[in-house]
Amino acid sequence: MTNEARVQIESDADTVIARQQGRVTALRIGLSRTDATFVATAISEIARNITVHAGRGEIVIREINDSGRTGIVVIARDEGPGISDVEAVLRHDYISEAGLGIGLWGAQRLMDEVVVTSELGKGTTVTMTKWCGADQVGALLNEV
Amino acid sequence: MTVSILKQRDYLIASVQSDLTDTEVIELRDALLSEVAKHRARGVIVDVGALDVIDSFVSRSLSTVARTNQLRGAKTVVVGIQPDVAVAMSQFGLRLDAVETALDLEAGLQLLDG
Repeated sequence: MTNEARVQIESDADTVIARQQGRVTALRIGLSRTDATFVATAISEIARNITVHAGRGEIVIREINDSGRTGIVVIARDEGPGISDVEAVLRHDYISEAGLGIGLWGAQRLMDEVVVTSELGKGTTVTMTKWCGADQVGALLNEV
Repeated sequence: MTVSILKQRDYLIASVQSDLTDTEVIELRDALLSEVAKHRARGVIVDVGALDVIDSFVSRSLSTVARTNQLRGAKTVVVGIQPDVAVAMSQFGLRLDAVETALDLEAGLQLLDG
């Protein structure tokens, strides 16, 4: 696929590359600056989860078109230890002092859709989507 | 390091020059803590205007600096958070514990003087 960016995540420097790539793609397909910042922040959290928990993985960023809507989809994959109770993590039950779980929780607040699939011992895939034009807070900010 | 720290009166002023990796955030945190102790600073200003993203790790690190400084009687003021970054932090629910904020460097200095 042509309109796709693929970033290998092995260190915190790759996290910076991934979130910058996310911002560039978000702006190119027409998301607001605020939404592009949401996307970049969510990618930063998810990429950190990869380096901390799995060691390595990859993030794929691409444009998505569906029923007349345009958006950005970010797919983060790793072959790490996996998450034993995905629903508990997404419900925010898992946030610890060390911040474990805060990344996925934040991504849910920043993106329109977040889907997590995980298998113990096999790895985790996080798929996050942000649609153009669904930005209320950012629209408010642009009026100021 | 992409951060410069300079001393002005009893204060330290740290300016972040570009996007930081987590490793650089840790270096900044440790440098701020040791420099405050070394210079017996009463206040620290951290200019984060160059940061396009402030995520949970950056927030937590800034809060650690501020809480530690607070125990030593020094204030920590974060200045220059970009408008879009502020919206993202708010939506995320990120807080800066023990940190004071100001619009820019000048306002930050006023806050410390006040």
